[in-house]
Amino acid sequence: MSAAQVDSLVSKLAEGLRELDIRDPSMVGILTGGVWIAELLRTRLQIRERLGSLNINFYRDDFTRIGLHPRVTPSDLPFAVDGRNIILVDDVLHTGRTIRAALNEIFDYGRPARVVLATLIDRGGRELPIQADVAAKKVTLGADEHIKLTGPDPLDLVIQTVS
Amino acid sequence: MTTPAPSAPSLQVDEHGRLRHFLTIEGLSRERLLEILDTAESFAGVGERAVKKVPLLRGKTIINLFFEPSTRTRTTFELAAKRLSADVLTVTVSTSSTKKGESLLDTLHTLEAMHCDMFVVRHADSGAAHFIARHVAPHISVINGGDGRHAHPTQAMLDMFTIRRHKRDFSDLCVAIVGDVAHSRVARSQIHALTMLGVPDVRVVGPKTLIPAGVETLGVKVFNDLREGIRNADVIMMLRLQRERMQGGLLPSMHEYFRFYGLTEQKLSVAKSDAVVMHPGPLNRGVEIDSEVADGSRSVILQQVSYGIAIRMAVMSITLGSHAQAERERERHAG
Repeated sequence: MSAAQVDSLVSKLAEGLRELDIRDPSMVGILTGGVWIAELLRTRLQIRERLGSLNINFYRDDFTRIGLHPRVTPSDLPFAVDGRNIILVDDVLHTGRTIRAALNEIFDYGRPARVVLATLIDRGGRELPIQADVAAKKVTLGADEHIKLTGPDPLDLVIQTVS
Repeated sequence: MTTPAPSAPSLQVDEHGRLRHFLTIEGLSRERLLEILDTAESFAGVGERAVKKVPLLRGKTIINLFFEPSTRTRTTFELAAKRLSADVLTVTVSTSSTKKGESLLDTLHTLEAMHCDMFVVRHADSGAAHFIARHVAPHISVINGGDGRHAHPTQAMLDMFTIRRHKRDFSDLCVAIVGDVAHSRVARSQIHALTMLGVPDVRVVGPKTLIPAGVETLGVKVFNDLREGIRNADVIMMLRLQRERMQGGLLPSMHEYFRFYGLTEQKLSVAKSDAVVMHPGPLNRGVEIDSEVADGSRSVILQQVSYGIAIRMAVMSITLGSHAQAERERERHAG
């Protein structure tokens, strides 16, 4: 896929979010790919408030299996979560475990009025009852395939085969 | 500051390079120290949120095994464990050092039978944490919370974290460690961490009687005059005068000590104008540090306390994470 195609997917995502007509939304991206997409969406939806970013590392459900993940940027929510309408953004929705972790983390900052989920790609394979409110594209992949957003400049979607 | 127990580095890092215990700074690479600092950075904000907790170590049991009292270290380890959602309890053991070997092992095995995952050990004897790490069941991590005059690695790491928060880059700093270097368990850990992180100018400052012989071999410059020692320093790390560990004759009097080595605003004026002053606590006000400095604008002493929680959270989650990885590999090989 090309950067232009990723860009048109982002536009589609923005359009879908506009249709939801969320009042005074705050935007939160999941590190790292989700933040790249959220930044673009924020510009397109003309949200003035700074973007929040979540590092869900400390909320993962696989610590007892694989230990601490390599370091990434800390979480940063630059606004009070209580009573807010939050657009949660990630690049790829797969098992739903990342979103579960992100929701738990958001609730440790406060009690939002509403959370909607926007993802660039929905690749199916859910292991939890979690769905996106808006997904720009659904793809069907084999069990040995991975889809990954690379970036930030240029953004690209790559399908890898895991051996 | 005494000679360390042998083979500590190989005891705390396993054959895959994972940190299984945290016993000493010695033998740890620059990358490893930076990993600890970076992990602590991501934990630093947790204490400021609505829910001051992350669920990372939920279901783990951590035992603080304290053979000597220490309010500050104990409470920050307890808070660190709680902020990681672990269950934590503190066991205070009074023991006579003469029968240490046997009674220590008995205590250890009793606590192991309670299915705990980590011991945080504080002991008056050098090498006690190493001893425990050597004899503990393979699934348990041991963290050194200060042993004798030997090491206090989490204190040294929180000091490094404090320096990085204020000075960003280690590579052009002048750091002076001032006071009772001889009786300090922190000084040795600090010197190792500072040199490993690339601080070019590390100094120890104090009276001859409180500077251990041969300290130069660790790569530091020795000063017996306070003003000379802290001139142009970026960071001044004060040490507590260990009065309780001092046998007579080392110092004429506390008053005399303050006159020559107590840090006052006036003496501080020879350091860089943006120098920060640190102290591991508890303070001997009017002995090694004047209240005006301790409570002044350049003091970062209270920040050290809160950074201590983040560092302890980092070390706990890294070591327990290593165990999780090792466990999984064992299963994989078995399956």
